[in-house]
Amino acid sequence: MPDLRFGDAEPTDEERIAVDEVVADLGSVVVVEGERLVYAGHARTAERRHLLLPALHAVQRASGWISPGGLDYACRQLEVPPAEAYGVATFYHLFAHEAPEATDVVHVCDDVACRPVGALGLIDELRAAGHHAKASPCLGQCERGPAVLVQRCGDHDLTVAPGSVDEVAVAISGRTSTASVSLPQVGSPDLRLLARVGVVDPGSLDDYRAHGGYRALEAALAMGPDRVIEEVTTAGLSGRGGAAFPTGVKWRGVADQQGRPRHLVCNADESEPGTFKDRVVMEGDPFSLVEAMTIAGTAVGAERGWLYIRGEYPVAAHRLRSAIDQARVAGLLGDDVAGSGTRFDIDLRIGAGAYICGEETALFNSIEGFRGEPRNKPPFPTTHGLFGEPTAINNVETLVNVLPIMLDGGEAYRAIGTERSPGTRLFCLSGRVSNPGTYEHEFGITLRGVLEAAGGVVGADEPHAVLLGGAAGFFVRSEQLDLPLTLEDTRAAGVSLGSGVVMVFGEEDDMVDTVRRVAEFFRDESCGQCVPCRVGTIRQEEVLARLRDGATLDAERDLLDDLAAVMGDASICGLGQTASGAIRSALDLGLLEGSR
Amino acid sequence: MNDVPVPTPRRLVELTIDDRTVRVPEGSTILDACHQEGIDTPTLCWAENLTPVNVCRVCVVEVENSRVLVPSCSRAAEDGMVVATDSERVRTSRKMVYELLASSVDLDRADDEVHAWMDHYGCDPGRMGDKADIATVAQPPKVQDDLYVRDYERCILCYKCVEACGDDAQFTFAIATAGRGFDAHISTEFDVTLPDSACVYCGNCIGVCPTGALVFKTEHDMREEGTWDEDAQAVTTTVCSFCGVGCNLELHVQDEQIVKVTSPADHSITNGHLCIKGRFGWQHAQS
Repeated sequence: MPDLRFGDAEPTDEERIAVDEVVADLGSVVVVEGERLVYAGHARTAERRHLLLPALHAVQRASGWISPGGLDYACRQLEVPPAEAYGVATFYHLFAHEAPEATDVVHVCDDVACRPVGALGLIDELRAAGHHAKASPCLGQCERGPAVLVQRCGDHDLTVAPGSVDEVAVAISGRTSTASVSLPQVGSPDLRLLARVGVVDPGSLDDYRAHGGYRALEAALAMGPDRVIEEVTTAGLSGRGGAAFPTGVKWRGVADQQGRPRHLVCNADESEPGTFKDRVVMEGDPFSLVEAMTIAGTAVGAERGWLYIRGEYPVAAHRLRSAIDQARVAGLLGDDVAGSGTRFDIDLRIGAGAYICGEETALFNSIEGFRGEPRNKPPFPTTHGLFGEPTAINNVETLVNVLPIMLDGGEAYRAIGTERSPGTRLFCLSGRVSNPGTYEHEFGITLRGVLEAAGGVVGADEPHAVLLGGAAGFFVRSEQLDLPLTLEDTRAAGVSLGSGVVMVFGEEDDMVDTVRRVAEFFRDESCGQCVPCRVGTIRQEEVLARLRDGATLDAERDLLDDLAAVMGDASICGLGQTASGAIRSALDLGLLEGSR
Repeated sequence: MNDVPVPTPRRLVELTIDDRTVRVPEGSTILDACHQEGIDTPTLCWAENLTPVNVCRVCVVEVENSRVLVPSCSRAAEDGMVVATDSERVRTSRKMVYELLASSVDLDRADDEVHAWMDHYGCDPGRMGDKADIATVAQPPKVQDDLYVRDYERCILCYKCVEACGDDAQFTFAIATAGRGFDAHISTEFDVTLPDSACVYCGNCIGVCPTGALVFKTEHDMREEGTWDEDAQAVTTTVCSFCGVGCNLELHVQDEQIVKVTSPADHSITNGHLCIKGRFGWQHAQS
């Protein structure tokens, strides 16, 4: 690095201790620079720049904000230019760059699922009760809204759901998050991915093993990497993050990069509005993810795995940290995984409030200590991923599918679901259904079947509208209730399963407000790097606000179409490319007509 | 006898651009190929002396079998690629990029080619709404010293200044992108003033700014007074006299006063970049 100029603000003792702890705990992980791509004005990464995000968390927790002294101290320890570190800190919702008004910040989800259940009123009530309450995008607790995240100074964060003034007070005084809710299908013999959720003790490796845990790793190590990848390929497993890329092909591509350091990354930055399935898996069965990552890592030849959990999931992060530690002590992670002579370990990284970091290349930048700005593709992660090195990146749901594949074989897995969409899928039911929650169904179930399994629509035979796949997905109406939910059928229908969101709206819900909130979400979450998305999302939001305020669609339709065209065609990443899909589907279905 | 460096021969790749067969050395970008063929392509964030960041998206082209448009500035040309630079999709996106920028940023002092392209694509930024009613980056200029001014309501966030300040030229890292989304902006840490930042006043950020957001204080003041007149300026090329490196300077002179100093981007020594002495140390020539 060149000589850097630092500021002269002094850190507090708490900030210094907190940053030193990060460096001491994680500093052994020295990342030697690979073939790093330089883009977007970023400097080359220093060996320990990847500690910047953990160091910023440490400063935020110590002081309740990223103070000049704390930032400067972190920069000195990690040899990061202060201007760049400030750019990183200001990228994330959960880092404050002004001195806090209060030690606890109460983030209240006012996103599409929580609005109809009183989120806006809750914000007012919390403020009236003296809390520093802020509106937040989706917190991933949609089955039990309105959701609250209490961000604490000097202590761990708390999830409160459903939130109320009383519950927030109880949580703060007891330093305890709301307990996980029971799975609607708990204990059902049909469950494959969720079988242990609500059954196993998530804090106990022994209990995990007593429920069949680590038999899949045993089988995988006996098979060897090539067979493992073959079985995954035979199974026809495809990515559950939205793009549905064949997992076996991805893994083969990384495994073939012999002679280069390789990485396995688990994308647990589940931030798509309406999505909470990965949280349910992580909170209820954390060892399954550790085991699945170990299988994936050893299969692709990665010695290091990175688990990136969104900052809004303190309970999941706590359980995974504990699970990783226990697995390491038991010899299931480390230099000699389960006595196989293979090396694999997992670093846990916590996001800080940025939907865009769920985009795979943005996630790499976030881990590396840069702003979570997506990279242009190609090159793809299989050859140029984390630190510019070959990387297999999969989300939580995709990875835990590997366990039944290892245990039963690819052929047996393939027998479930449909020919072109094998396996089961997790669905996140929220909104006007009788029993919201995470459900596991075979691919091929119809939307009607999914709704019936969740006890049907509240107060009506059929939904007014369903948001399928999340904000990056599409609205559908009752004509599509018999659509089989498979990759091929949804694609043919011009919609997408996305992250498995099934958010149900009734006649009583304000769809104009809902659709405008979707537009607000994309404006809020755009990284700001490329023009089509940075300006396009705010112009789109402005159009939706004008429609709410009485403008006619005819006057705005051309502009909306052109915005959709430029965002869809010329944005760098999937955020901009999908930022108009749900909105246009709402227009096409007439959801905004005749509304208030 | 001196060794004459012979570049390693590069394989040619053959692609089709606008129905023309084009051959370029392997590793060339689509934009390189367009330049070679004389196909005019608009750019904002691209510059020959900087690493492509492909953020403005105005150079996008359509590539057969690609789901979305691709940035020609950074996408490598490949054998068999079929590229269209003037399709309906390309025209729509380029036009929209200019309209989106012009609706949010003051482009009055942007390079002439920006306005020429906007005319070419028939841009009408006004259809986004009245600037008083829609979000813009309007703000007062930052005047913090006697050397240069940062007028960020003209900033299109092309990242060129960040690159020039960082590892494309100066390795000072005084500025970076801060904030997110439409609030993203170029900033020092905690927005401290430039004299309190790592800035070394090389002025290389000014040299690469395409929209007049970063300007010499002289230019800013003269524009404010209404005396700035590029037609009345002569540009004299000379060699900087401060040290033995041999940087070419272009002195922009109006009314027998130096009003700004640049260096040609294709100059073998400077690549367009200077230091504080070459960029700002010319007062003695006028005393």
